[in-house]
Amino acid sequence: MSLCAVKPDEAGAGDSFPVAENLCTIVSNDWVNEEYRLLIVDAPAIALAAKAGQFFHLMCPPDGESGNFLRRPMSIHRIDREQGQLHFLYKVQGSGTRGLATLGQGDTLDALGPVGQGFTLPRGTQHVVMIGRGVGLATLAPLAQEAVAAGAKVTAILSARMASLLMAEDALRSDGAEVVIVTDDVGNSDTTSLEALLRRVHADRPIDFVATCGSKRLTRLLQDFSTEFGIAGQVALEQRMGCALGMCFACVMPFRNTAADGTRTVGYRRVCWDGPVFNLEETVL
Amino acid sequence: MTDLSVRIGDITLANPIMPGSGTLAEGMADVFDLSRLGAIVTKTFTDDLREGNAPPRVAELQNSTLFSIGIPSKGTDYYLNKTVPFYQKFNTPIVASISADTTEGFGALAAKLSDSGVVAIEANISCPNLKKDGLAFGMDPVATEEVIRAMKAATHLPVWAKLSPNVGDIAVIARAAENGGADALVTANAMLAMAIDIETWQPRVANLMGGITGPATKPVIMRMVYQCAQAVSIPVIGCGGVSNAADAIEYMLAGATAVQMGTQSFVQPTAMVKLLDDLTAYCERRGIAKVSKLTGAMRMFSPEQLARQGSL
Ligand SMILES: Cc1cc2nc3c(=O)[nH]c(=O)nc-3n(C[C@H](O)[C@H](O)[C@H](O)COP(=O)(O)OP(=O)(O)OC[C@H]3O[C@@H](n4cnc5c(N)ncnc54)[C@H](O)[C@@H]3O)c2cc1C
Ligand SMILES: Cc1cc2nc3c(=O)[nH]c(=O)nc-3n(C[C@H](O)[C@H](O)[C@H](O)COP(=O)(O)O)c2cc1C
Ligand code: FES
Repeated sequence: MSLCAVKPDEAGAGDSFPVAENLCTIVSNDWVNEEYRLLIVDAPAIALAAKAGQFFHLMCPPDGESGNFLRRPMSIHRIDREQGQLHFLYKVQGSGTRGLATLGQGDTLDALGPVGQGFTLPRGTQHVVMIGRGVGLATLAPLAQEAVAAGAKVTAILSARMASLLMAEDALRSDGAEVVIVTDDVGNSDTTSLEALLRRVHADRPIDFVATCGSKRLTRLLQDFSTEFGIAGQVALEQRMGCALGMCFACVMPFRNTAADGTRTVGYRRVCWDGPVFNLEETVL
Repeated sequence: MTDLSVRIGDITLANPIMPGSGTLAEGMADVFDLSRLGAIVTKTFTDDLREGNAPPRVAELQNSTLFSIGIPSKGTDYYLNKTVPFYQKFNTPIVASISADTTEGFGALAAKLSDSGVVAIEANISCPNLKKDGLAFGMDPVATEEVIRAMKAATHLPVWAKLSPNVGDIAVIARAAENGGADALVTANAMLAMAIDIETWQPRVANLMGGITGPATKPVIMRMVYQCAQAVSIPVIGCGGVSNAADAIEYMLAGATAVQMGTQSFVQPTAMVKLLDDLTAYCERRGIAKVSKLTGAMRMFSPEQLARQGSL
């Protein structure tokens, strides 16, 4: 392992380099349902300095034939500074995440980070509404924690195919968020129902910040809603990555730019470096 | 203490380790002190603004990657006013990497860098020559020589020619660059490659073709570094699949004066620093006072050895 890598007992947060190859010890790595696992690790101070919306680039053990040469980007599901732990909630879907799933208690995870630009809550935010589907909420949970700590009310709308696939519900509730559940089974997770729900929530207690992650449909819904009511909002995006440090320019996506004279253009930006959290109005879907 | 310094033409570098162009950016300064590097080679830029290729731009292969970035560029003003000042915060010489569509374009851009604070200019000649049916400059000895000559005429700065590995006989191109006046060679850029997803039947990078880089490519580039070092008398900088001190030592034994690391920095951002520490330890263990002694020190099998092996 690298000489610069940090183990939990070494290095303080006062270290001058904010990003490290953190060597984290696995506490647990268990299934939470048929598709997702919750990975909990003991993490060094540099890693625990992470902010909501930032992510780590995880070295994944080989999976059979596949060596998993590149790291895999993973959002932080929970930053538990009291226990000195980080939580990741991940879907086992390909060779990288299958490799990740082989890690057991006491094993070491090499987590590069924290990297990226997280969420920025506007000063004085009173009511945050977040909508996420599936693992999208993994990324939004730390924002709920931060917003509640900043004195805002948080309404978290969780969407899933069926109630058994819901995740992060307990974590969000214990962080002080009001949780609203919508599912395809019940038939209240479609765009029309969600839009009506947003309007009701907004009428009840004005929303001043919206956030989402992981679904184009939900992002478009929030774009329209936030434009109509002039509400600030952000979205956490995903793109295939090489380095996660802004160096390789692999992770670009198109974004709207507004020049000083008001002219609008579309240009590529790096999801890992300029994001992964972007303002809703600049996001091209 | 081992003397890690190496000479590339008129320039002395504190050590032989630098990043390959396009594989280090400002973000690396969040991970380690860039002053530790022998040089900082910046990403290739063009005078005009470019967005680069459409994503997806990366696919993972076995012990290697397929990247098709293109040359996104914010132009010369951005380079001079933002990029150079950022890296000047570190105590490390900066090497610019440039590209253009024509020979004249390479010369004109080189001239603009003369007083920019960079110590040398790397010519990325793996790009298409728009005046020659789009064939890459680096695939043609005449075009290679012309580009280097145009740059040397335009600036007093040393010019390094970064060769394309996508050629039949790399020695011919190496000699052409030397004839054009190159102060050093960088061998080599990424090998042209392609991969298809057998589920979607689509290319794995949107641009169809890209460059394969990383450890799996090392033996091929090793052979080219050796061939270049045999063909020219200017320094050769090895670049292809360097991930650790052993790889750097191997390139130096083959004839490289210094090495550049690319893809491994994505996997392990501290790899260049670790390489330096391990290289120092190797030299100390072997009683090597100057790292430059490694250059070209490979020992061939002697005729006697070969005879003993029953060479027929
Ligand atoms: C900033 C960010 C945060 C993320 N957070 C989470 C999270 O909290 N939980 C979670 O389950 N997933 C998350 N993802 C997606 C996760 O990175 C991919 O599911 C994972 O890389 C898949 O790897 P694999 O080898 O198992 O799958 P494969 O499909 O075999 O992957 C093949 C290649 O594609 C890349 N890739 C595949 N899907 C994605 C994707 N959606 N985004 C980026 N690269 C991808 C992989 O990195 C790998 O290089 C996040 C992605 C990003 C960019
Ligand atoms: C993402 C990426 C971007 C690159 N960009 C450039 C570039 O702008 N100019 C250049 O001359 N080479 C570029 N290269 C090539 C590298 O500098 C290097 O020659 C190549 O990656 C082989 O080295 P490696 O195997 O250590 O990665 C790039 C390579 C990668 C992987
Ligand atoms: S992943 Fe390398 S620039 Fe974003």
